[in-house]
Amino acid sequence: MDVAALTIDRIREDLAARRYSAAELATAALEFAQAENPKTNAYLHFCPERAMAAARRVDERLARGEDPGPLGGVPVAVKDVILTKDVRTTCASRLLEKYVPPYDATAVARLEEAGAVILGKTNCDEFAMGSSNENSAFGPVRNPVDPERVPGGSSGGSAAAVAQGTAVAALGSDTGGSIRQPASFCGVVGVTPTYGRVSRYGLTAFASSLDHVGPLARNVRDSARLLQVIAGRDPMDSTSAFAPVPDYLAGLDEDIRGLKIGLPKEYFQDLATETGDLVAAAVETLKGLGCEIREVSLPTTEYAVPCYYVICTAEASSNLARYDGVRYTIRAEDAESLIDMYRKTRGRGFGAECKRRIMLGTYVLSAGYYDAYYLKAQRVRTLISRDFQAAFEQVDALVAPVSPFPAFKLGEKIDDPLEMYLSDIYTITGDLAGIPCMSVPCGRTADGLPVGLQILTNHFQEPLMFRIAAAYERAAA
Amino acid sequence: MSSAADILASSELLAKYEPVIGLEVHVQLATRTKIFCACPTRFGDPPNTNVCPVCLGLPGALPVLNRRAVEMAVQAALALNCRINRVSRLARKNYFYPDLPKGYQISQYELPLAEHGHLEIEAGGAGRRIGITRVHIEDDAGKSVHEGFRDSDRYSYVDLNRCGTPLIEIVSEPDMRSSEEAYAYLTELKQTLQFVGVSTCDMEKGHLRCDANVSVRLKGAGEFGTKAEVKNLNSFRFLREALDYEIARQVAVLEGGGAVEQETRLYDPSTGQTAGMRTKEHAHDYRYFPEPDLLPLEISEKWLETIQASMPELPAAKRKRFIEEYGLRDYDARVLTATRPLAEYYEKAAAAAGNPVEAAKWVQGELLGRLNAEGKEITESPVPPEHIGELIRLIAEGQITGKLAKEIFPKMFATGEAPSKIVEREGLKVMGGGELEGIIDEVLEKNPTQVAQYKGGKKTVIGYFMGQVMRATKGQADPKQVNQLLRKKLG
Ligand SMILES: [Zn+2]
Repeated sequence: MDVAALTIDRIREDLAARRYSAAELATAALEFAQAENPKTNAYLHFCPERAMAAARRVDERLARGEDPGPLGGVPVAVKDVILTKDVRTTCASRLLEKYVPPYDATAVARLEEAGAVILGKTNCDEFAMGSSNENSAFGPVRNPVDPERVPGGSSGGSAAAVAQGTAVAALGSDTGGSIRQPASFCGVVGVTPTYGRVSRYGLTAFASSLDHVGPLARNVRDSARLLQVIAGRDPMDSTSAFAPVPDYLAGLDEDIRGLKIGLPKEYFQDLATETGDLVAAAVETLKGLGCEIREVSLPTTEYAVPCYYVICTAEASSNLARYDGVRYTIRAEDAESLIDMYRKTRGRGFGAECKRRIMLGTYVLSAGYYDAYYLKAQRVRTLISRDFQAAFEQVDALVAPVSPFPAFKLGEKIDDPLEMYLSDIYTITGDLAGIPCMSVPCGRTADGLPVGLQILTNHFQEPLMFRIAAAYERAAA
Repeated sequence: MSSAADILASSELLAKYEPVIGLEVHVQLATRTKIFCACPTRFGDPPNTNVCPVCLGLPGALPVLNRRAVEMAVQAALALNCRINRVSRLARKNYFYPDLPKGYQISQYELPLAEHGHLEIEAGGAGRRIGITRVHIEDDAGKSVHEGFRDSDRYSYVDLNRCGTPLIEIVSEPDMRSSEEAYAYLTELKQTLQFVGVSTCDMEKGHLRCDANVSVRLKGAGEFGTKAEVKNLNSFRFLREALDYEIARQVAVLEGGGAVEQETRLYDPSTGQTAGMRTKEHAHDYRYFPEPDLLPLEISEKWLETIQASMPELPAAKRKRFIEEYGLRDYDARVLTATRPLAEYYEKAAAAAGNPVEAAKWVQGELLGRLNAEGKEITESPVPPEHIGELIRLIAEGQITGKLAKEIFPKMFATGEAPSKIVEREGLKVMGGGELEGIIDEVLEKNPTQVAQYKGGKKTVIGYFMGQVMRATKGQADPKQVNQLLRKKLG
């Protein structure tokens, strides 16, 4: 079997036809992934025992004549900020190098209940902070398309694994574009669902009001299948939505004739680039499919980057306080006092980007600065949301680029955090508004670098978003 | 006044100043489970056994607000006459400490659960209304243990069993003007919360913790003085001692030409003094911000109505009713409403007796005296309220005398038996009919001189006959009946 070419539908068919067992597939997938991993460093570690146990459960279901589950036997990867019981979860941080969680994230538990086989944990930026996967304590990830280039971040390992074929699909997390941007850099599909659609229980918190768990896959249908399984109310997450989960597969084959698609003009202003050309071509394709294309305006876009970096760093400074050396993290044993222990543990444990964000966040929440920064950023966030609501009164969906540029070279931007932050411009607005958005591959540059088309819809309109993405994907094929 | 305070300032000096006191009281809510997870709140279990990913602050864990904790907090706030904010917000209070595993406490800041309340107190014979600024909910931290381990010289240990226990913080206005008023306020607060059943308020177990903001100003001055926060007031006695000391200390500072520093001071019960904590090092910027893991807390009209309907009658209302409905004196009503179980006991006894005033006398005099002597609570009373009612009825029906009843009661207390049973077994019935008349006839026969005196107009001699008859009947006769019979027979 060609593990790298499998899709979920294909696996379902093959298992039903007894072409191979789930255990045989898991064995082959693990072997392939372990052999290929040195090329990208996409996986931080594998969990063969857990994978084989899951595969055997699927085989037992099949042997009893039962349905193997919607993801029966499907080899998946899980970003290492998402907790897996008894399997190390490091958040790509020295601090959690040896941390083994005592419980599963809700999304992980739901994947396995649906029959998925988790092969291992994927690399990422430390605590999901970064746009290039270079902020991992365990080395950067290389883009499978071009090993000299970054895979994007922070879910770089998940995107690379799916692109490389070492996982059929993967879980990532998105706070400011961390699923969509690496998906676009690696040429796969990445979905950030509505905020609250997927439980955050067991997702290591970076910025709680912005954090999302979402799928990455090689096609729209597979990404929809994953979301179908992980979405839904979770009593363990107070911010998870009660709204029933619709059938995400039902509308995938429908046409999109007559839909009104908006192009936010602010997203196309500085886009006289290859990326701009590819996105423009994709818009033409949508037009060809019968969509009505309209320009819309999201005037507060220019404030999105500062707004985002105030809110996410504020929340991060609080969320990362627990990694203090007292309980489950590494601890500086040479400390003279409690304060000294905190300083040495955190000073040595956190990488530069985490420290930068903790300091920024601590600053913006400080007495005397709170109103000027945090409170103001929250107001801007409300305005950004209103912009989207106004746009969705005119159009059914928005399309935009994912990133201003394709995958860049390793080391190219790591010394310029501001430029790195600015590259999140097109993705952070969706997170700030809490609306569903996704990246679908829309071609390659002359250098062969993938570019993604971003599709955004209103809250809980994932079915419409998937329908547009699937129609585009068919037309572009 | 404590001796530590005496040394600092004379009563003449103190009389020049007026203390201004506000209290911040933390109360542990009596929920079965913690505020953000399902772990039990049980006290005294082995360290770190009542814990889970949420209260341990493990990565990825999220809080889910305990509905019962909110209800109890609302009950407490209603009992304190607060206005409930229909939408309030949980907020993070950030600071590092080993017994705070999340690195922040989940509390409330800008929008607390309830505001604008008050509590009526009585101190020095006068009634006062003390304002309550706010009531908010929060989670408790764990406990750091610095002693008792082999390596305690180098390490501290942490027990997180208490971590995540629901608390309410009740902040008063700076409305108290003496340590007596602060004492009365805390007493009334404790009684009220116990009445509502939201907390045991057991100070020894830390279920009620108190900090005070204290300042002094010259009498008649308009502005408040600089305040100090006094911590560690973990008993009623400590509260009064610490306040007296701190008031005297501030007066002494001002009289000495100095200025009171705004600082946090710790009360040391072994010396009776307060001492400043090194303020600079401990200056905290808690960096409060709304807790993004929890939605705003909304109390719907319907929910609030349900909670209101579940409120028990509060001590003040109960006192008023006891006075108006049962005809009790203010003092008696106060004693009998001291705790909810006592008030309930009394009302049952009063109903069984058909005479609330008599019931009050028996419960207060005979029962409480004996319970106190044995260090027992009303809930441990060997005498059920129905027995007190029965005893009062036996007297009213003339079956036993009041004197006899006083002899019967200790037996009821010792055995838990009903009074009618004791009367029957010991043959303690009131003597009447032929038997009593026979004894009276005998007494009259033996005392012809006195009979003659009576008939000659010296009516007071009847007292002599009464005594003779009562002695002859060994107190088993009803004096009223004896009196009537004597008058009849003497014509
Ligand atoms: Zn717990």
